[in-house]
Parts: sequence; structure tokens; C-alpha cells
Amino acid sequence: MANAEHLKIVALVSVGQHPKSGRARRAEQDARAVELGLNLCGEKVQVLHAGDVAEESLRSYAGMGLKQLRVLQQAAGADASVALGDYLSEHLPDIVLTGVRAESGESSGMTPYLLAEKLGWPLVTRIADIARIENGEAEILQALPRGQRRAIRVRLPFVASVDNAAAAPRQSAYGPGRRAELENLPWVETADEVRAAFEEAPARKRPKRLKMVKAKTAAERFKAATAKSQGGGGRVIKDQPPHEQAQAIFDLLLEEGVLR
Amino acid sequence: MSDIIRRDPRAEWIARNRLHPLHAEMAAPAAETRGPSGLIRKNPHAVGFIGPNGIKRIDRSGGSGAAVGIRRGARSAQQVELPLHTVENPDYYVVAVLDMVGGRLTSHDKDVLGQAHKLIRGGDGSGAVLAVVFGEHKEEAFDKAGVDRLLHLTGSEFDGYCPEQKVACLAEVEKQYQPRYWLFPDSINGGNELGCRLAARLGERPATQAWQVDRDTSVCRGGGGLSDITRDTPRLLLLAEECADPIDETRHQVLALELDRKPRIINRLQDCGQVAVDPNSVSLAEAEFILSAGNGIHDWDQFHQAAEALGATEGASRVAVDDGFMPRFRQVGATGTWVTARVYVAVGISGAVQHMQGIGQCDKVVAINTDAGCDMVKRADLSIIGDSQKVLAQLIELARDYREGGAENAA
Ligand SMILES: Cc1cc2nc3c(=O)[nH]c(=O)nc-3n(C[C@H](O)[C@H](O)[C@H](O)COP(=O)(O)OP(=O)(O)OC[C@H]3O[C@@H](n4cnc5c(N)ncnc54)[C@H](O)[C@@H]3O)c2cc1C
Repeated sequence: MANAEHLKIVALVSVGQHPKSGRARRAEQDARAVELGLNLCGEKVQVLHAGDVAEESLRSYAGMGLKQLRVLQQAAGADASVALGDYLSEHLPDIVLTGVRAESGESSGMTPYLLAEKLGWPLVTRIADIARIENGEAEILQALPRGQRRAIRVRLPFVASVDNAAAAPRQSAYGPGRRAELENLPWVETADEVRAAFEEAPARKRPKRLKMVKAKTAAERFKAATAKSQGGGGRVIKDQPPHEQAQAIFDLLLEEGVLR
Repeated sequence: MSDIIRRDPRAEWIARNRLHPLHAEMAAPAAETRGPSGLIRKNPHAVGFIGPNGIKRIDRSGGSGAAVGIRRGARSAQQVELPLHTVENPDYYVVAVLDMVGGRLTSHDKDVLGQAHKLIRGGDGSGAVLAVVFGEHKEEAFDKAGVDRLLHLTGSEFDGYCPEQKVACLAEVEKQYQPRYWLFPDSINGGNELGCRLAARLGERPATQAWQVDRDTSVCRGGGGLSDITRDTPRLLLLAEECADPIDETRHQVLALELDRKPRIINRLQDCGQVAVDPNSVSLAEAEFILSAGNGIHDWDQFHQAAEALGATEGASRVAVDDGFMPRFRQVGATGTWVTARVYVAVGISGAVQHMQGIGQCDKVVAINTDAGCDMVKRADLSIIGDSQKVLAQLIELARDYREGGAENAA
């Protein structure tokens, strides 16, 4: 793990939502961001939330071993990304860690992008780990689809959104969570007018797309319903020495770019 | 051959001449005749035709009734040319930025293009769908997917991971074409990232995970998938999968467009390439490249070697698992894992339906089998008819040569 004790690292946290019960909880990805921050610089990581200090689920972040958690006081209809942007451009940390997508509200995942744009810093999306920080440059592992990883180097300061592929967050201890200090900072509120016009309703089940058969005659419909999958334009290589056959497979693998 | 229907005077003449030796072939007796009393008589022997296997077939669709004396130039029913949808001098553009995973349109891309046309259809003025593609591609069917205009940006600056470079280009597209809508697939293959970056750059508030969009309102998934947000349709949309039906009834022009000024910026994110991940640590459902073993494998050590040499994730058919050669979590199929690999190599697997269900979403299937008639060969894009042991041995050798050669080139 990178040694980054001297760095100022801020992890932004939001109020999560359990996917089945809808109960407020610590958000999965935000907790991973806190975990990454804790691993990088221990207790010195600054955990920041914009919203209501009375929110119970914030205590479960604090229970991960934080002495203190800072809350920028915001009413429910305020735009948190503006407040966070102002705070960060005032305090200028070295690394800002966020989740990829919030679990409640609009869930658009725009916060890290807006912050990076406002601060003028590079943004690394969906990171799985920060491998090393040296001479003001960080080496980051980015999570790609299909379990792959990419190495990225970027100069400090930067914003990073933490993917589900990052290390799982440690368990939250109830007592220390109770005892931790939640510092309430009154902050300028910017009303989110666009959001005020949204209508929110419980998610409707999306209809599954049916396989449409565009057949004009009964015979065609019958064929579509009963036909086995045909071997389309499949190429068949028969009666050739094995090395030529293997070469054909190998060429296909190369063309598809699955060999690394 | 042309599609023009031609009369064959000779055949007609033979059909009239009952004494001609070929008369029986040319004159299929009319199915309906007027009997001596003036009633319509149906001749049940005259309907239908004799199929290739010698059994009489009746086709009531009227598609293949071989009319006497009329010969079709070609089998026209097969390749119907879809009508060409043309847009001359469009009033506005709807830009779709495509993922192009592996250089081809994904089904998500096609849905996005379908949505783009849905936003244009029935609106004022004529709009064209402008697709933006970065880097090299292998797609040939842009016309059938609904691409009116194509902006293909190539060059070494688009190699590897370069979202900042791409967004700079998209910002240039915004200046030059001022599209009415920006559409992105909301996917982990880059669409979501580019869309959000561009939204932050342009100061637009995007609709994310939008799944029901028309010109006025959009319905988006919010709250971690637990709520639906109904809102006015913004200019920039990140679309969920299956947001609209893909285009399938028209062809499109695919006229190439150019970007007047191609910005070149310094990437602050330096791509150090993909990190080697143990392919067997990737879950089977997610794996990109699977080498799967069935009952036709006799040398299991060799199979494992092959998977390692090729860097493939291992899979298995149920028989291989039941016989104890592979662990249960490697089983592909109805009672195992449904895989999504881009390339699936089935070695010695016959292709039972239960197995085929599991590989329904695979792009390219390669079969190695001794039996040329098995179902896996019918499904496969490339089939090797031969003994698995010999072919795998050659594959291992090729893969090792390739890796050594690569190391030499790098050195
Ligand atoms: C309820 C139910 C659920 C099932 N679920 C699944 C499931 O989830 N997944 C699954 O895979 N199966 C499942 N099955 C089993 C399935 O029906 C088949 O029995 C099984 O898939 C066959 O496996 P196979 O192709 O490996 O074996 P086989 O059918 O025996 O095929 C072996 C193939 O290897 C070829 N071969 C032999 N020797 C060689 C050689 N030297 N070189 C090259 N090729 C060779 C043969 O030509 C043959 O095509 C299920 C069955 C049931 C009843």
C-alpha cells in the first residue's frame, strides 16, 4: 500500500439506501472510498458529507474508525455538489475520493465530474486501488469491465471515483460510531432548481423486450418459431493438418484481440 | 441475375401440347377447373409440389408455387433490399457517441441509434443521426443500424485510454455541428464516462439511465435503481439498455463527415496499459475469453496448459463437471453459468440445448470436435473438425511462439 501519511485526502460520503428494503445505510461505494482513504493515510483521512448532520447512517461511516466527520449543513433541496466544490476549492486537498454513483436521489454519478471540472483537476474514474504515490505522482489501478484492470499514472492533485471492485469496507463498530464527533459546518446553500421539477416515483418494472418476429406469412412465422439456430456463415475446416487448423483458430483470436 | 419475371414461350407451348414427351413436367394440372356442369372443381392431386426428400409439400403462402412458363431470375425473396432512408441537408443533428466494444456496434449502441431516430421522427425539420466513432473499427453494418452521418476519428491519439482527448474532440463537435441532442449509451464500456465528462464540460445536466425518452419527457432510473424520475428531456442523455428498438427496416446513408479542427491535448491521465489479471480469478459470467472443455477432452493436463498459454478463463460442460474433471462453478449452461464471453472456444462439446442456453450471448464461438454434424458446429462461427488433443497441442505451441516473439519485439 502506498505511503501517503503526509497527504491531505478527502473522502466524500453520501447517505446510501438498501437495494431491497430502501432503508438508509452507508453507501457501498462511498464506504469503499473511506476504506481506501483509511488505508492510505490512516485516521487523518477527512470524511466529508454535505447534508443533514442528524442523519443516523453517517454514524456507520464514523464507526469505521474515524475520530471526526465533517458535515456541510445543507437543506434537502440544495445542490450538494456546489457546496462540496466550494469547500474543496477553499481547502485544496491532494486527493478527493468519491463513489461512482449515489444510491439515493438522482443517482446520476455526476458529482466527481462536476468537482473535477470545477477544480480543474484530472479525474480518474472507477478505481480499484491506489498502488503507489511517489514524487507527487500516483499509480492507480482502474477497474475495467470483465474483471480487467488498467494501470494509470496521474499527478496530484486529482479526483477519483471508487468502484465496487475496490477493497471491501471494514465493518462499522457501533460504539465508536456513536462517540465520534460529527462537526456541523453551516454552509451556503444553492437551491437545485432543475431537480425541484423532477417527479419521483417508485421504479416501475421495465417490460422485457420480446423477440419480435417480423414475418408476413404463416409459413415464415412457423419457421421462425421452430427453426433451430442455423450455422449461419460458420466456416468449417475439415481434413487439414492440425497445425493449419490451429492456425485458423489462432488468427481468429488475434483478430478479436483476446490474446494479451 | 435480374429480378424480372420472364415468360418462357417454349414451356407454355409444351404445356398446351398434350402429346409432347415433356408435357407431364411442364403442365402441372390446374388446381381449380370448371367441371362439365359448370361447377368449380378442385383437384387435390394438383396442389403442392414434391419436396427434395420425395414427400409432397403444400405451401399455402403461395411463395413457391412454380407457375408454368414463368421463371424467376433469382431467388429474390431472400435478399430484399431495405428501403434507403436519405437525409439531404439536415436542419439539425442528433449525435450518438458509440461504445464500439471490440470494434463493433454493441446491442446497446444499436438501441441508442434507434432512440436517436425516435427523437427525430415526426418532429419539425429534417434531422440526421450523426454517429461518432473513435479509433479503428471492424463494423460493416452501420447503414442497417441507422447511421445517417459518420464522424470517424482515427489517429494515434485515440489509442489506449484517452477520455480527455475524446472529450476535447466532442467539445469541437459541439462547436461545429451544434447538435440538438447528445446521446450516449450509459454503459461501463466508456459511454457513461464520456457522457458525464462532456456534460460537465458543456455545463449540461444530463439524464442518466434514461429508459423512456421522447421529445418532451424522459423517465430515468434514480435512487440506486429504486425510483423512476420523470423530467423534461435535456439535451444530453445517457441511455439505459433497451431504451428504444433498434433500426431494422431501413438502410441509411453513412456519409462521412469531417471535423474541421482536431484538437490535440496533453493527457493528464497516463495510460500504462492493462495489468495482467489471472484469467481464472475472473468470474465465468464476466470473462471475455473462455476455453471450455467437454466430454471430448482426454488429456486434462494439456487442456489446462492450453488455457494458461492462451490466457483464457476455463469453462466446462456438465459432463466434464459430473465426471469430476472440473469444479462445479466452471460449468457453463442452463444449470451452470450463463456466460457473456466475446470469444468462446468449445473443445469436445456436442452442444446440447442446456449448454447452448448458457452461451446464447457469446459473440464468436469456435468449435473443436470430431463430429462435423453436431449442434455446436452448427452454431459456431469457426469449426475445426479434428481430434482435440492434436489441435490443442498445436495451439499451445502457437501461443508460446507468439508470447516469445512478443517479448523479443518488446526488448
Ligand atoms: C436438467 C438438465 C440440465 C443440464 N444442464 C446442463 C448445463 O447447465 N450445462 C451443460 O453443459 N450440460 C447440461 N446438461 C447436460 C447436457 O444435456 C449434455 O449432456 C451435456 O452438455 C453434454 O456434454 P458434452 O458436450 O461435454 O458431452 P457429449 O455430449 O458426450 O459430447 C462430447 C463431444 O465431444 C466430441 N469428441 C469426442 N472425442 C473427441 C476428440 N478426441 N476430439 C474432439 N472432439 C471429441 C464428440 O464428437 C461430442 O460431440 C443438462 C442436462 C439436464 C438433463
